[in-house]
Amino acid sequence: MPDGMQDGTRLTETFRAEGITKVYETGGLRVEALRGVDLTLYEGELVVLLGPSGSGKSTLLNILGGLDLPTAGQLFFKDLELNACSPHDLTIYRRDHVGFVFQFYNLIPSLTARENVALVTEIAEDPMAADEALEMVGLEHRLDHFPSQLSGGEQQRVAIARAIAKRPDVLLCDEPTGALDSKTGVVVLEALDRANLELGTTTALITHNAGIKDMSERVIRFADGQIISVEENPHKKAPEELTW
Amino acid sequence: MVIRIDSLNRKLFRDLWRIKGQALAISAVVACGIALMISSFGTVTVLEESMNAFYDRTRFADVFASLKRAPDSLKEDIERIPGVSVAETRIIAAVNLDLPNMAEPATGQLLSLPERGTPLLNDVVMLSGRYPSAQRPNEVAVTDAFANAHKLSVGDSFKAIINGNKRSLEIVGLGMTAEYIYALGPGSLMPDDRQFGVMWMGRQALAAAFDLDGAFNNVTISLQLGASEEEVIRRLDTLLEPYGGVGAYAREDQLSNFFLNNEITQLRTSGAIFPPVFLLVAAFLLNVVVSRIVATEREQIGLLKAFGYNDLEVGWIYLKLVLILVVAGLAMGMALGSWMGGGMITMYTTYYKFPLLDLGIDPGVLTSAAIVSLIAGLVGGLGAVRQAVKLSPAVAMAPPVPTSYKTGALSRFFSQFTISQPTRMIFRHVTRFPVRASLTTIGVAFSVALMIMSLFFLDSVERVIDVYFFQAERQTLTVSFVEPRPATVEQEIQHLPGVIQTQPTRSVAVRLRNQHLSDRKSIIGIVPGADLNRLLDSDQKTIEPPPGGLALSKHIAQDLDLKLGDMVTVEVLQERRPVEEIKIVRLVEEYLGFQAYMHIDAVNRLMREGPTVTGIHVMVDSHHADDLYATLKDTPGVAGIAQQTATLASFRETMDNTMNVMIGFYVALASLIAFGVAYNAARIALSERSRALASLRVLGFTREEVTYILLGELGILTLVSLPVGCVLGYSMALAMSPMLATDLYNFPFVIENSTYGWSVVVVCISAAFCGLITRRRVFGLDLVTALKTRE
Repeated sequence: MPDGMQDGTRLTETFRAEGITKVYETGGLRVEALRGVDLTLYEGELVVLLGPSGSGKSTLLNILGGLDLPTAGQLFFKDLELNACSPHDLTIYRRDHVGFVFQFYNLIPSLTARENVALVTEIAEDPMAADEALEMVGLEHRLDHFPSQLSGGEQQRVAIARAIAKRPDVLLCDEPTGALDSKTGVVVLEALDRANLELGTTTALITHNAGIKDMSERVIRFADGQIISVEENPHKKAPEELTW
Repeated sequence: MVIRIDSLNRKLFRDLWRIKGQALAISAVVACGIALMISSFGTVTVLEESMNAFYDRTRFADVFASLKRAPDSLKEDIERIPGVSVAETRIIAAVNLDLPNMAEPATGQLLSLPERGTPLLNDVVMLSGRYPSAQRPNEVAVTDAFANAHKLSVGDSFKAIINGNKRSLEIVGLGMTAEYIYALGPGSLMPDDRQFGVMWMGRQALAAAFDLDGAFNNVTISLQLGASEEEVIRRLDTLLEPYGGVGAYAREDQLSNFFLNNEITQLRTSGAIFPPVFLLVAAFLLNVVVSRIVATEREQIGLLKAFGYNDLEVGWIYLKLVLILVVAGLAMGMALGSWMGGGMITMYTTYYKFPLLDLGIDPGVLTSAAIVSLIAGLVGGLGAVRQAVKLSPAVAMAPPVPTSYKTGALSRFFSQFTISQPTRMIFRHVTRFPVRASLTTIGVAFSVALMIMSLFFLDSVERVIDVYFFQAERQTLTVSFVEPRPATVEQEIQHLPGVIQTQPTRSVAVRLRNQHLSDRKSIIGIVPGADLNRLLDSDQKTIEPPPGGLALSKHIAQDLDLKLGDMVTVEVLQERRPVEEIKIVRLVEEYLGFQAYMHIDAVNRLMREGPTVTGIHVMVDSHHADDLYATLKDTPGVAGIAQQTATLASFRETMDNTMNVMIGFYVALASLIAFGVAYNAARIALSERSRALASLRVLGFTREEVTYILLGELGILTLVSLPVGCVLGYSMALAMSPMLATDLYNFPFVIENSTYGWSVVVVCISAAFCGLITRRRVFGLDLVTALKTRE
């Protein structure tokens, strides 16, 4: 199947990156984190980014998420040229379009599960109810628990609920199962998968864990700041079928 | 040689560098406390030592007595009183001065010098020129303060009305004396070197001028070691009684010495009140900061212990941090304190005329400053250091569990209202760490309180000025006479140019006695319906002089353990020296110069005299003031003219020079405390929550929204601390007001609304300033690290 075609229909592009480079210069040391990355992500697809530490996948995710700007190259989110955005525009972009899921959950300890989700729904344009988002990740019975009263998997599911509650266009997940055991990890991936399917959110997922690639539609491999391969996965598996 | 700094010390210095802002704030607060302590106590030491040195050098007398006239032969009887070491007789006379650069009259105090040699007691230290010659009646030595005020020097002349004759006096020397270190003119409240001058003349010349040949009207005595002062005074009084003695008094009641010692006492009190406040705040800040460092470094602590460092070695790192901050504060405080002390001593030299020693480094004061600051440091830091020592390596290296929160009563209360999650975060954080929130609140409240406590002085002094100068003593000037005069003198004064209104007064020197307690005071006779010089109650309503009985200053009543309705023994110290039991029929609240009051007729009855006055209060038409002054200058028998405006002006000037400087300093310190506490609170909140805040930024919150979450808490705590601080300041001022009262004045407890207002404004500005600084840091938060790092 050629890029951009599925069942013969042209897919809508969510991201289009052309020649993205990112150079960090700290204390005279020059690090090329990304060296000319071209990539297109389509609406509703779930991609897994694989690669060793320092291969540039997190840098790309940060740039896609509007946390960082590329040193060179062009990046479009739909029609928005992200590389030309001001910091404030990037904040608005994140607020309106992006959902983040972090490795260490990054929940606000002083807010309950429901309130952590409400944190985002309060500033979003067309959010779902916080309860609804938590129900999607199977936490309808833990609404009023504080992060300290939840297990790691539960905390990550709250984080996913928080990310999807605004009905984002993209969901960016950096090692979402990195801090979890495999059994709990599956539950978290199920929540992500369900959000992707039901909301049609473009989802990019970084992992070290090769087993997870089977739930994606495409697997993008990184090495030395470049994409070394893009692999289609015709036999997408459900998270419960995954093993690692 | 290579200096080897081991890695732990390197870590310590880097930690210090990282928290340099907070470290500086803590050290600065320590420094302020130490500086206050060193400058107050250092100045006390300088004043005391200089005073004692000067007293020794000039052989300052132990007992003083004035009388009308006694033959020189009486001196031998005085010397025979057991306990008397040296007795020296002399002549003292008040004269009016006519100075070329002054329209208003000035008063001079002429003191005789012995015919041969230098005075045995109360010697004059000649700064330039020489002692006046006994033979030349027109030669005088004057205090250099008086000469400076009138730009006179050795060789210059001025005119004086001596016993009715205007004479030209030539200045042959400039000197200083222990008797007039604080040179108060008759009826004055503040030294004014323009209006009042002390001068010395040969004994013979002075005796001739005042018809006191072969006689004296003043005697001073030094006592033998171990002599009973009280007994000497008693015998001296008996001896002088037939010669018009007005009661001998001891050095402690000598006016100049009394003021000087009062100042020293007050300085010592403020030196004891303020530094502990600062050191307490410093201890609190240390505790907060070091606790936070230990909390953020728990993994490092675990690691060090896992590597084999023992608890003591680990504890020592953090203890060293505490010590460095305290020692830095101590060093800064010593430098600042020496500088401030120098300034205070310079200030004192303008009011207290005696050679002041340099502010040396008093090892005693330094040692106590060091001990006190170390105690403060340990009190503040030890708890935090103990946390580091207690951590077990296994626990320390495991990631901390997320801080647990609960929905408390307060949260449930707030959940009734629709509040945004960021606002909820602010409230949850405040209620989750109630101790820390309260400490921050108390810290900021302290600075509000300190401001109020400092500004309270101004309110208090303004009240004193208002009551004393504008409500109680409304005369333009008071003419006092050398001898009591018949009351008809009032009519004479009324006819002088420029006189609008007059009011007679009668003052009598008395000893008030209640069993073993006694106090040398004056009874002031007041006329009913007085309009110029009025007696006021605590609500500033005029009190009519009681027809019989005594109205007594509350302060004296307390000193003598007397209450309303008690009988007090009044021993008159002049004229016929009657002794009577008089009932206290009224207690009067006074702020300045505590006295006893009676109806003027009652005073005259007590003195077995007809209508008599010792002074006239006068209200003057300012257009004709100069004419009146010119007339009064040439009027014999006028002992002095006390001008209210001049007194008020010098009072204000003194306040400006002394109090305002101190108050400005305290206001600066209060702002520093507010800033230090708020800045520490904000920085700690930032370091604890930077990851959460960065996450929020990632989730799409703007910088301003995130700043709101961080600084909202500081805002709330500051807001809460304002009323707390006002109440605290009120209580502190209330507690301090009686502590500052001396035998000279009361500080009435008055706090104007503007004082609360200014305190609140200054503290808010201070907090806002620190908010601005913190905001810059929030803006610089690194969003990417938030994704990766664990708490």
